Amino acid sequence: MIPEPDVVSVRVTTEIDVAEARQEARKLALRHGFGTVRAHGLATAVSELAMNLVLHSARGGLIRLTVQDAPEAAVIELVSEDDGPGIPDLGLAMEDGYSTRGGLGCGLPGTRRLVDAFAITSCVGAGTRIVCLVRRP
Amino acid sequence: MRVPILRLGRVLLTSLPADLTDQQVMDLQIDALALIQSGKADGLVIDITAADVVDSYMARILSETAKMVKIMGGVAVLAGMQPAVALTLVEMGRDMIDMETAFDLEGGVAKVVRLVASRGGRHDEVPTT
Ligand SMILES: Nc1ncnc2c1ncn2[C@@H]1O[C@H](COP(=O)(O)OP(=O)(O)OP(=O)(O)O)[C@@H](O)[C@H]1O
Ligand SMILES: [Mg+2]
Repeated sequence: MIPEPDVVSVRVTTEIDVAEARQEARKLALRHGFGTVRAHGLATAVSELAMNLVLHSARGGLIRLTVQDAPEAAVIELVSEDDGPGIPDLGLAMEDGYSTRGGLGCGLPGTRRLVDAFAITSCVGAGTRIVCLVRRP
Repeated sequence: MRVPILRLGRVLLTSLPADLTDQQVMDLQIDALALIQSGKADGLVIDITAADVVDSYMARILSETAKMVKIMGGVAVLAGMQPAVALTLVEMGRDMIDMETAFDLEGGVAKVVRLVASRGGRHDEVPTT
């Protein structure tokens, strides 16, 4: 029998939602047997993507976490989705130090280094979608 | 609500909450800088034990606050970084936080006192270390 995936979604428009999203992410990881450092890494990745929704997408967006858990291995899929302005140059956005809002410009490249798999698609005027995978063990 | 700042001798102490807002950051920076400018303090210890993550937004705030304090002639030290936070910062990339650090609040206070003394800064208090 295939178990039902564990899913958490948080609609993000303010910094308060960002805090909720990363706390939910940590709890989710811990209840599926991820270690504290892994859980912390996931919470940080969620914080980065959620903060981007607040700062760069006019109407915010959605953070969704889905866990596929089996005794020997588990994977958490993190999806950030918005219908904001989109990113014109993805190569540039993934570079360390590139920010259009006076930030450090470490959010996207840092998140890519934190997770096991990272994919980003964006369409100017339509929005941005980012998918990350974090595995246990 | 403003983030409270305590004063221990000539050192300011503050603890960042998990859900720090932009407004709280600005207020905190203004409050700390005013106390340093008025000559009531030499430095600031920022405790991040309660912060649940240090993302690049938080990292920028910390480095920026440290820079402001430095420009005012003071010293800022970051204290209370959890091991998981440190490991995550290293994984994300070096140099995200550009400021002095200490293991805990006590170490942070000692470091401020030491740095101020070694710099030949204000000598109106005998260093405790
Ligand atoms: N969801 C999004 N919608 C539109 N643009 C985005 C989105 N996420 C990121 N961007 C663009 O990509 C750039 C890089 O993002 P990144 O998170 O790396 O840096 P930052 O958010 O500007 O600063 P930091 O994350 O270091 O505080 C942003 O400055 C912004 O222009
Ligand atoms: Mg960002």
